[in-house]
Amino acid sequence: MRSLDLTMALVVGGLFTAGVHLLLQRSLMRVVLGIILLGHGANLLLLEAGGPLGDPPITAGGPDVDVSAHSDPLPQAMALTAIVITFGVTTFLLALSHRSWRLTGHDEVQNDPEDRRIGDVAERADDDPTPHLPTDDRGDAG
Amino acid sequence: MILALVAVPVLVPLLAAGLSLIVSASTDRQRTVTLTALALVLADAVALLVVVERDGTVVVAAGDWAPPVGIVLVADLLATMLLALAVLVALAVLLFAVGQDNADRGPGITVPYHPSYLVLVAGIALAFLAGDLFNLFVAFEMLLSASYVLITLDAGPGRVRAGMTYVITSLTSSLLFITALGLVYSAAGTVNLADLAVQAERLPPGLRTALSLMLLVVFGIKAAVVPLHFWLPDSYPTAPAPITAVFAALLTKVGVYAMVRTESLVFPREGAWWVATVLAVATMLVGILGAVAQDDINRLLSFTLVGHVGFMIFGLALSDVAGLTGTILYILHHITVQATLFLVAGLIVNAAGTAELSRMERGEGARRVHPLTGLLFLIGALSMAGVPPLSGFIAKFALLRAAAAHGGVAAWLLAGAGLVTSILTLYAMVRVWRGAFAPGQGDPLPLRGRPGMMLTMSAAVAMGLTGLGLAVAAGPLADLGERAATELVEPGGYRTAVLTGEREGR
Repeated sequence: MRSLDLTMALVVGGLFTAGVHLLLQRSLMRVVLGIILLGHGANLLLLEAGGPLGDPPITAGGPDVDVSAHSDPLPQAMALTAIVITFGVTTFLLALSHRSWRLTGHDEVQNDPEDRRIGDVAERADDDPTPHLPTDDRGDAG
Repeated sequence: MILALVAVPVLVPLLAAGLSLIVSASTDRQRTVTLTALALVLADAVALLVVVERDGTVVVAAGDWAPPVGIVLVADLLATMLLALAVLVALAVLLFAVGQDNADRGPGITVPYHPSYLVLVAGIALAFLAGDLFNLFVAFEMLLSASYVLITLDAGPGRVRAGMTYVITSLTSSLLFITALGLVYSAAGTVNLADLAVQAERLPPGLRTALSLMLLVVFGIKAAVVPLHFWLPDSYPTAPAPITAVFAALLTKVGVYAMVRTESLVFPREGAWWVATVLAVATMLVGILGAVAQDDINRLLSFTLVGHVGFMIFGLALSDVAGLTGTILYILHHITVQATLFLVAGLIVNAAGTAELSRMERGEGARRVHPLTGLLFLIGALSMAGVPPLSGFIAKFALLRAAAAHGGVAAWLLAGAGLVTSILTLYAMVRVWRGAFAPGQGDPLPLRGRPGMMLTMSAAVAMGLTGLGLAVAAGPLADLGERAATELVEPGGYRTAVLTGEREGR
């Protein structure tokens, strides 16, 4: 167990909170931003897993070098890989959102037609005399 | 030489993917590249299986960096068995896709298909062979990125909507995976699975449980375990049949494999695991009840897939040799059968012109389905429901026998849910049968005369025969499965192979 930098803990926690909040929004752009923030939070956490900062982990010495004074290079390497991956995949998500906007003319998460159908069945089964809610494709999330 | 065998399944498809982009001007050349690469990988995977079966686990350290620091590829019995079958399925599905493309000349296969497909296979191979948690993450990202492209090929409104669900869900699970990796590293100081197994024993029990559950959630999303399954029946059915077939057959199984690997190696348990028991029972029942309610043939099969993932968690929940043997047999059986059924569903939809069973049942389908398709469906459906002597029966029998031998409330709950699910599976399959093979439609198109139809049908027949082959080879296969399960339950061999085997070779 290593001690954790409080600032970093707060930053990571804040990024996760904001990310999850945005991820739960109806607008696709906010969802994409949420994914980006979550990605930053996760990558920072991965970087922070290496423990406190130290000298650059490059030595010319033999096996008797004091490794405790150096930063742990492994989480840095992993974080670098993870950053590249999240960057690439987020770009794809952005392109997909753009496509969705071009096709539907709005940038909201679309309703699931199957859910809609099941909902209609349930409404009919209830035999509810009150007027039905409009069943258009958007705008029922409030 | 043997070391190269382990690297080939990852390297060759990746290099071929690059080559495929270079020759993208010609569809024929792209096909040749993909087919050659997959045939090579298949030959390699079979050779690797033979070597590992004879000599035991093979470990390769990339760049000769010794574990636990370096990247290791570990080919043990479980990994190589799954790898060989996965590549075989990938090859058969590719032939089907090529044939369908020839027959339709329609959308489905475009230029990005071949490179993405190759990257998908490389990712799946790496996931099976990965010896550390971070490499497993990279493997997942490889296969997921490829699958994002494949599921949104020729993206109309339906596919974009489905793709959105799929991409966002998978991305969230990947971010959780990174988070889990960070926490595992800061707790144990390593991500190498063999080393982690040693280090994890020293962690406080609470932290161990937290890390184990976190990984369970990550892999649960990928494997579509209820309640994390919601994305699967929404996204898979919108893709073209061959893509759905390969996703359904392989991607969820990679999730289950990762779950089995980490939970048995790093967080071993004594006795039944209640969390997994509850998940398995819920997955089986929710999945199959969902399937019974569906009208669209592809959605029905997707829900069946969710239900049957429960059977694979069933064996994991028992966490003993017999249970894990059942899980391994079930994964092997399900890869084959699920691919066969989705390919057959593709043929049915192709002939009928609609995916809705109620319309087919009313005789509104364009044409009757070819009798050979019916035979293939029958084999797949009966096997899925667990009718003897097909492969599904053997896998289910192994699971039920394990539950009976294990005893206790958890085991009997699992066995009960398994039996109910099997019967409901049969019911769901009968519904497909009644719809898809309803009388009163136009004559089936002849196989001859349409370019590609023969190829498509042969690929489906090959998958059906593989399923039958699994049933015929049940005895040796069960022995292999039991050996692989013993390796999982007593992971001392795995740890020694990774941690000490390399030091000798340095």
